[in-house]
Amino acid sequence: MLKNYFKIAIAVLKRRKFFTFISLFGISFTLATLLVLTSFLDKVINDEYPDAKRSRSIYVTGIEERGKGTRSSSALSLGYVNKYILHMKTPAAIAFHSMQIGTNAYHNGKKISVNYKFVNSVFWDIMEFDFLQGKPFSAQQVNSLDKVAVISQDLSDAYFGIGEPAVGKYLEVGNDKYRISGVVKNVPATAYMLNGDMYIPYTLSQDNPNEQTYFGSWNAVLLARSKSDMPLIQKEYEDIIARLPHSDKRFTKTLSNADEYLDAYMRAGNQDGKSKTWIYTALGIFVFLIVLLPVVNLVNINITRIMERSSEIAVRKAFGATANTLVYQFIVENIILTLLGGLFGLLLAQFFLWILNGAALLTNVHLTLNLTVLFTGLLICLIFGFLSGVYPAWRMSRFPIIKALKA
Amino acid sequence: MIKLQNIEKVYRTDTIETLALNGINLHVAKGEFLSIMGPSGCGKSTLLNIMGLLDEPSNGQLHIDGHTVTKLSDKELAGFRNKRLGFIFQSYHLINDLNVLDNVELPLLYRKVNAKERRRLATAALEKVGLSNRLRHFPTQLSGGQKQRVAIARAIVGEPEIILADEPTGNLDSAMGNEVMDILIQLNQQDKTTIVMVTHDEQMARKTHRLVRLFDGAQVQ
Ligand SMILES: Nc1ncnc2c1ncn2[C@@H]1O[C@H](COP(=O)(O)OP(=O)(O)O)[C@@H](O)[C@H]1O
Ligand SMILES: [Mg+2]
Repeated sequence: MLKNYFKIAIAVLKRRKFFTFISLFGISFTLATLLVLTSFLDKVINDEYPDAKRSRSIYVTGIEERGKGTRSSSALSLGYVNKYILHMKTPAAIAFHSMQIGTNAYHNGKKISVNYKFVNSVFWDIMEFDFLQGKPFSAQQVNSLDKVAVISQDLSDAYFGIGEPAVGKYLEVGNDKYRISGVVKNVPATAYMLNGDMYIPYTLSQDNPNEQTYFGSWNAVLLARSKSDMPLIQKEYEDIIARLPHSDKRFTKTLSNADEYLDAYMRAGNQDGKSKTWIYTALGIFVFLIVLLPVVNLVNINITRIMERSSEIAVRKAFGATANTLVYQFIVENIILTLLGGLFGLLLAQFFLWILNGAALLTNVHLTLNLTVLFTGLLICLIFGFLSGVYPAWRMSRFPIIKALKA
Repeated sequence: MIKLQNIEKVYRTDTIETLALNGINLHVAKGEFLSIMGPSGCGKSTLLNIMGLLDEPSNGQLHIDGHTVTKLSDKELAGFRNKRLGFIFQSYHLINDLNVLDNVELPLLYRKVNAKERRRLATAALEKVGLSNRLRHFPTQLSGGQKQRVAIARAIVGEPEIILADEPTGNLDSAMGNEVMDILIQLNQQDKTTIVMVTHDEQMARKTHRLVRLFDGAQVQ
């Protein structure tokens, strides 16, 4: 039976090459796009390097103050981190780091761009960086303003030579020389809150730890003892914000959030939460539209095909097919079509990823089609096939026999 | 075998009502070869379709093999057509996307017959109509007479008790028409299949047991 349906499906495909191409292309293209998106989301959500403890980490990425007709928003100041965050009771550990600062290093007359970050020593305890060489710098080194650095493998390779030992050697950036304490595996650009080429003690920063402003360029990561502690931390932070004096009398309202990973990621620095909703909504609409178009297209094509195949349907009925059998046949045929489209979509997605990875739009991000992505693809195909087949099949199965046989 | 009592069929469209059949009473005996003649539009196809459960009468009773077959469910209708009836149409109605063998196997798809057995029965049916050398051909590669023979093979593969043929030779020249007619006669004589055939051709009709003439939806002879 299935084999027979398969034969018919293929024959129908062959007969209507143009429409088949259009609908297959619709499915393939959509699927490929969804697969790339899934692959990207999978990377963002499931690649836990370097914040492997992300499931019990809380991220404070910024602060916003508002007043009548005025509004200031940015990452945290070092003074704020020092005065308010470091005194929190509920977290097990508190890391903080500056945002990336871009500069250049020169080596053998070659210019190397370097993005560095200031971090405290706890940063190394909370994050689980993969040390390829050496080790992190210590709290003591931070306190004594040692010019030490942990660098990425990319920077090490570019500056010291590929695979060359770097620990103990000096790297010159700006007007300062830093002794290399360790080399870590590259952090993908998708981990935009944490990635960098070079990490150095925060005490070397020009920022004043006692500054009064709240606005600066720092983020904090608060580690909970356990997942169940996370609401406590969030509550404590809420209380801090509720009691926080305004940094200027212009302001009447303060916004700052202690987020779980994905919320912080989606927030992208925007404290009023709108951007998060916006991203989720946009993503939802995008997926909906991109799925809707080929489904509508397929339904349309399928309905046209019914008219064309009315004689076949009538003959099948005349020789004993029930309406249900025909519905089943048509859905199976349609799923075969979408699975074929899915197969091409897979190849297309692989091609897109190859282009994306090759273009290195996102440094150190290698997107792949793993099992999660493939499974998602298969599921999407089945849903496609089913959705676009049910209504046309139902209409087809109720087509009056004699009308069709007149043709 | 087939018993029609006071069969009426009214076609209603938005503007007009057509009385296609008007009080038909007819009894077709088991093993009979009956032909139906009449001018175009007099209701021959309608009558045949009603006998074949492809269309429902507006009024009247229809019995096939002792069963009252008006008001059956879709599933019961399908089962009835599948096991007891075989159709042959003027324009063949083969499925062009399937080869000859697959076309002939079609009725068996809706029974519990495995693939091997289907193949065997279909091949045998095609042998009967003299087409065992065209199994892998597609309908578009066949002549009209060959197509109609495939259609006959499809109608007989499930060994139905009744074959309903609507102008089976209507699209064929007289030589091919005679070939097809001979096959039908043989089926009737050897397998005792009951056949009801609509035809325009007096000569063909004369070869059958009985002739029924319709005029304007009513039986005139
Ligand atoms: N589906 C239909 N809707 C409306 N009128 C129909 C339909 N089918 C047949 N008729 C009408 O019923 C009459 C009988 O048709 P038909 O049985 O096909 O005649 P025949 O086969 O004898 O040429 C004709 O007048 C035809 O126009
Ligand atoms: Mg007719």
